[in-house]
Amino acid sequence: MIDPPPLLAVQDVRKSFGSVIALRGVDLALHAGEAHALLGENGAGKSTLVRILAGVHRPDSGVVLVNGAPVVFHGPADSQAAGIAVIYQEPTLFHDLSITENVLMGRAPRRSFGRIDHAAARRIASALFGELGVKLDPERKVRGLSIAAQQLVEIAKALSNAARVLIMDEPTAALTGEETAHLFEVVRRLRARGVAVLFITHRLEEAFAECQRFTILRDGALVESGPRGAFTPQDVVRRMVGRSLDQLYPARTAHAGRVVLRARGLTRHGVYRDIGFDLHAGEILGFAGLVGAGRSEVMRGIFGIDPRDGGSVEVEGQIVPPGDPQAAMRTGIAMVPEDRRLQGLVMNLSIMRNATLAVPGRVRRGPFVSAAREQGVTQRWTERLRLKTQRLTDPVAVLSGGNQQKVVLAKWLATAPHVLIIDEPTRGVDVGAKAELHQMIAELAQAGLAVLMVSSDLPELLGMADRILVMREGRLAGACDGASASEESVMWLATGQQAALPGLAMGAA
Amino acid sequence: MSGMAMAPPVRGRLALRLSQFRELGLVASLLALVLATAAVNPRFLSPLGIRDILLDVSVIALVAIGETLALLMRQVDLSVSSILGIAAYGAGAVFVAFPGLPIPVVMLLGVAAGAVLGAMNGLLIAYGRVPSLVATLGTLYVFRGADYAWVKGGQINAINLPPTFRHFANAAILGVPVMVLLVIIVTIGFGYYLRHYPGGREYYAVGSNEEAARLAGINVERRLMRGFMLSGAIAGLAGVLFLARFGTADATAGAGMELRVVAAAVVGGVAITGGVGTVQGAALGALLLGVISNALVVLRVPAFWQQTIEGALLLVAISLDILLARHTLWLMRARHRNG
Repeated sequence: MIDPPPLLAVQDVRKSFGSVIALRGVDLALHAGEAHALLGENGAGKSTLVRILAGVHRPDSGVVLVNGAPVVFHGPADSQAAGIAVIYQEPTLFHDLSITENVLMGRAPRRSFGRIDHAAARRIASALFGELGVKLDPERKVRGLSIAAQQLVEIAKALSNAARVLIMDEPTAALTGEETAHLFEVVRRLRARGVAVLFITHRLEEAFAECQRFTILRDGALVESGPRGAFTPQDVVRRMVGRSLDQLYPARTAHAGRVVLRARGLTRHGVYRDIGFDLHAGEILGFAGLVGAGRSEVMRGIFGIDPRDGGSVEVEGQIVPPGDPQAAMRTGIAMVPEDRRLQGLVMNLSIMRNATLAVPGRVRRGPFVSAAREQGVTQRWTERLRLKTQRLTDPVAVLSGGNQQKVVLAKWLATAPHVLIIDEPTRGVDVGAKAELHQMIAELAQAGLAVLMVSSDLPELLGMADRILVMREGRLAGACDGASASEESVMWLATGQQAALPGLAMGAA
Repeated sequence: MSGMAMAPPVRGRLALRLSQFRELGLVASLLALVLATAAVNPRFLSPLGIRDILLDVSVIALVAIGETLALLMRQVDLSVSSILGIAAYGAGAVFVAFPGLPIPVVMLLGVAAGAVLGAMNGLLIAYGRVPSLVATLGTLYVFRGADYAWVKGGQINAINLPPTFRHFANAAILGVPVMVLLVIIVTIGFGYYLRHYPGGREYYAVGSNEEAARLAGINVERRLMRGFMLSGAIAGLAGVLFLARFGTADATAGAGMELRVVAAAVVGGVAITGGVGTVQGAALGALLLGVISNALVVLRVPAFWQQTIEGALLLVAISLDILLARHTLWLMRARHRNG
């Protein structure tokens, strides 16, 4: 008997973005009624693969096969027409429209003259939420919904498509245990109906409980693929990481010095409330929490980019006034923002110009900018940070993500800060450069710099931070010690729930 | 999670009412303004006075409908006034050449010419990826310049127009001017389309989150293209009505109207940030601005104050929107934090 072809497959798919290679020849086959786990570290290429299957990106080479026949997706509509539904990691919703419209955009039921049947649409949406076991008013607008609720709308959207292939990119990251359990119930029902599921998660216990087949990616390449029985959790972690964790995260001895930054009762109405902590010299203090928990907003509040409604910040005994980044810089705070392209760099300006933006006084000779001084100030840090570039006069746009991040770091280190706030230090950075950035941050802390680090990459926080503060919905939910914390204990605080399935903790190996 | 999820139906209806709050507010301020002005000067409410205001407003209100389509997609169409100018003079030229042409045919010609010019905007914006502010600022001048080159200082006067067309502006059904009825019908038609048709909802989707619209399989380029073609077509129709209303058109017809049109839509609750607003609101906004200008004249307010007051009103409208949006968001957050 010949096996039916997989519902959806890719063969030898390659994709690069500029100088960054995201996928280097990946195969994947999704079979009817089977849940397939796609595993790998951040930056391993999972999301790129998802976006190729969704028709968002086109592979540079390789083929996508639907029912064994090669296809070319010209856009998301083609992928949807082929019966593929995708739940993205970050909700992509219409905030000004109702939940019902979000679920059924482009697929709303019609009545006479091609009009949308609003009542029927509402019933469909209600039924979907009933199936998911959540109560959401389908009439309300999406704006203002929590991230978890938004993720549920995304899930309902994917289910409404009557898809034959369901792709879920970390759907459970923001969900509570109960919601996650409901979701898996629905996934099992879909599988029984012959739907193929591709499931991306960082929670290995979910993969082992729900998936029959595993594929592991590392640095854009396929490491191994096979049935679940062929793997143990330890194998999976080892193959994902490809090296022991102590190589990825530098070993350091914490030596908490005196208090450098003291924050008390920081509040911004409706965003965060009553955040207080001490940051010591030489310490790396991690901020964990789900997307939308308010971590970046607290950092922006401390640095004065956003106003605060209450609370105080002191650096070395000096009060940092609210809403005044210039004053924050004078007291010795530096901030590497979350989105370096939008907030950290002027993409068209040279490396030199970018690296000296925060210290205009130091590169001036008389009223003019001196290229020699610019170069001097820049080189001091770019050499220490091992920036890979031909010329310092090149625009930063030509650099890879990791090297761009080094330029941002150089810019702020040139201000000789006491406190370095660094938000998502390695987002969109390839694994090699990531280890280098980690090494540098560790060295800076070793030299006495106090570091506040926000990251959505839990292994990164666990590997780097001396202490981790966990935020949930705008409040401090708790603190853990960096050495003894596990991914589970942090998630427990971040969601306020026990993880869906008790068991294996990864990353703490 | 459960707190936020538990929104009872009553609250849903309240939320719905909140979105209509804007239009009710507009109607209320209109009524207050009309009554106050009439109390000072009763002639303000004379049938002739009302008719004049409605006729003045109808052209701007019509253009504001097309502008709303652009604004909903988080774009702007500044070229509408130039398209209107070309259509107004063009309609006159057609009447001079073919005095016997039926009025609806000339209207269709205006619509077609406007659609062609709008398509040029659409091509630049959807496929050339030129930001609409820049693209339509450019075509605002290009179209107006072409108009000057074509008209060469000429002018269409009421004398040159066929009598049927001259009477069209004054024609009325049950006391309501035909031009006003036409604008009301177009408003209701587009309002219905935007609310009840998948294509109409796409304008909101594109303006609310373009990335999400693409992922939902919406052809964003095609929607942009159609939106700007429609905006141009409506401006073309408005050009014909402009000629009917004023009986005269030269190369400056409609010049400077684009910002009044944007102002009308924004006062009417169409968000410049996209995804929010209705054509009914935009038309009401045009009516409110028109009533204010007339009221200021009736109340003998010096003419130079008029623009200041209109501008101030625009700022108040936008500030109210921002405050209201912030407050609602804050309420929602507070609700599911406590719940």
